[in-house]
Amino acid sequence: MTLEPPISRVATDRPETAKPILDVLSLRKYFPIRNAWGRRKGWLKAVDDVSFRVAKGEILGVVGESGCGKSTLGKTIMGIHQPSDGDTIFEGRSTANYDPGQARKLRRHLQYAYQDPGASLDPRWKIRRSLHEPMIIHQPELDRDQRAERVSEMMRAVNLPETHLDLYPHEISGGQQRRVGLARVLTLNPSLIILDEPTSGLDLSVQATILTLFMDLKRKFDLTYLFISHDLSIVRMICDRVAVMYLGKVVEIGDTEIIFSNPKHPYTRSLLSAVPTVGGRRVTDDFQLEGEPPNPGNMPSGCRFRTRCTMAQADCAKAEPPLRADWPGQSAACFLAE
Amino acid sequence: METIRFILRKFFEDKVALVGLVIITALVLVAIFAGVLATHPGDVSTFHPADRLQGPSLAHFFGTDRMGSDIFSRILFGARITITIAVISVGLSVLIGVPIGLLAGYYNGWFSDLLMRVSDIFLAVPQIVLAIAIAQTLGPAIENVILALSLTYWPFWTRLVYAETRACKNETFVEASVALGASPFRVIVLHILPNISSGIIVRTTLGMGSTILTAAVLGFLGLGPPAPSPEWGRTIAESRQYLPNAWWYATFPGLAIFMVVMGFNLLGDGLRDILDPRIRRSKSNDR
Repeated sequence: MTLEPPISRVATDRPETAKPILDVLSLRKYFPIRNAWGRRKGWLKAVDDVSFRVAKGEILGVVGESGCGKSTLGKTIMGIHQPSDGDTIFEGRSTANYDPGQARKLRRHLQYAYQDPGASLDPRWKIRRSLHEPMIIHQPELDRDQRAERVSEMMRAVNLPETHLDLYPHEISGGQQRRVGLARVLTLNPSLIILDEPTSGLDLSVQATILTLFMDLKRKFDLTYLFISHDLSIVRMICDRVAVMYLGKVVEIGDTEIIFSNPKHPYTRSLLSAVPTVGGRRVTDDFQLEGEPPNPGNMPSGCRFRTRCTMAQADCAKAEPPLRADWPGQSAACFLAE
Repeated sequence: METIRFILRKFFEDKVALVGLVIITALVLVAIFAGVLATHPGDVSTFHPADRLQGPSLAHFFGTDRMGSDIFSRILFGARITITIAVISVGLSVLIGVPIGLLAGYYNGWFSDLLMRVSDIFLAVPQIVLAIAIAQTLGPAIENVILALSLTYWPFWTRLVYAETRACKNETFVEASVALGASPFRVIVLHILPNISSGIIVRTTLGMGSTILTAAVLGFLGLGPPAPSPEWGRTIAESRQYLPNAWWYATFPGLAIFMVVMGFNLLGDGLRDILDPRIRRSKSNDR
């Protein structure tokens, strides 16, 4: 089998106006919190009313502290978690009314690359078998040779020697595992890949080669990425747009350059001030994050950031600030942002 | 192939497990070739009153029993019965217990709970008592022993497989397969089952030993295959009235049971060390 010819890429100079590949509409994922008796005593709002749009061909970064719901967001879009409410429209098709199994079949072209690709490969399977599996599931019409051909093609695409096919996951390095994880989802010819912390746990030189690989593959296979990361310098380097999440909500979203040079939300400003930069002034010097984020099972009233916000006023406790698209290429959820 | 070679090499490093493996291999060979190896192959069903209760000699390695039959030959043929009972009843228990454990462990909900409560009920019944009740009701026969043992034994596998499936289900590679679109059947049979198989293999090996013990108890109580079957437990029961003078009468069948049960236990423990990488690691650290 040969690769499908690349679909002509829609201009993404202004991603908001480009053709969307993924529409996330008021997506929510609540996990029940149970007491010792198994009774529900509350909800953990891991993803709370998140809406955004991903244009074909762009890289949207999702950033935030650990535990802010980045991975849950990715997994809910992917259908690994059943959403509590809301919808995701992928390539024009809604997935709300399907059970998880059917939704997954529909989303063959939407794939998820795991944060820990070593753990996402069956330890008892050789790499070869793991790479064949996606095609066995989705393209039963392909015979063994056709699959093998595609597997070889993908191994070449991720720069791995074919001899690695006969190894077990624990016999290869972390960077190689990541390549295998990518090759595995690439066999299905996806159009959008959710990359969950794709560079965590790799040393800097490996990070660099992996990032280069992402860009190569994106060009080669006409991919769109949802790039979940807490590494702001990498996000700045490769993402077209960036969404900042805080406790399950998107508090700011917009073009990467605009957000990094002129963040509107106080949380974004604090995050950016925590980035170590070489050879330059910090973006903002006067903001520091204090304390831990509140318990997501017991959220503060009104704005969820007000307990750590240096600008918080009485009004912030009364209502939740909506995401305002008041700036060109940038939206923020803060009453006080101007 | 590599896996088999790896396991064999490990066996030669672990002498205790090797002893178990040798004993069990010998048992299987003896059961298969009992007809060839026995010095008096006809003695399972015929008797020679003139030769009753003779001590061990060259003609009769383990002496003779109350019917004048050769105990050595009868023990060899008894191995067949023991193996048959152990393999079929443990096999049935695995066939019943493992799928139930996989289903109950993979799915959540009332049906899983129901399956587990049913297995709890079976676990709460003392195995020997239920086996006695079944054998008593249906009469002494090898099939009834097998039925009784399988009915009481499957929940042990269900418990084990349930717990391991629960743990395995939360592994990232299982989630990743589900995310790829793999069917529950595929995930359970191709991903979860192979990853929990070492526990099942170990439990099955150890289970063979205890099943043989229970089968011998049933035979001893007269609930096993009826006379003149050379079943080991039954032979020991017959010997009681001739003790302590005819010491060989109870000693050799007793030794046979002892050796076989010990063999399975050693083999099971050895397999646990060989198949469980965590234990393997801790063992090598000790050295």
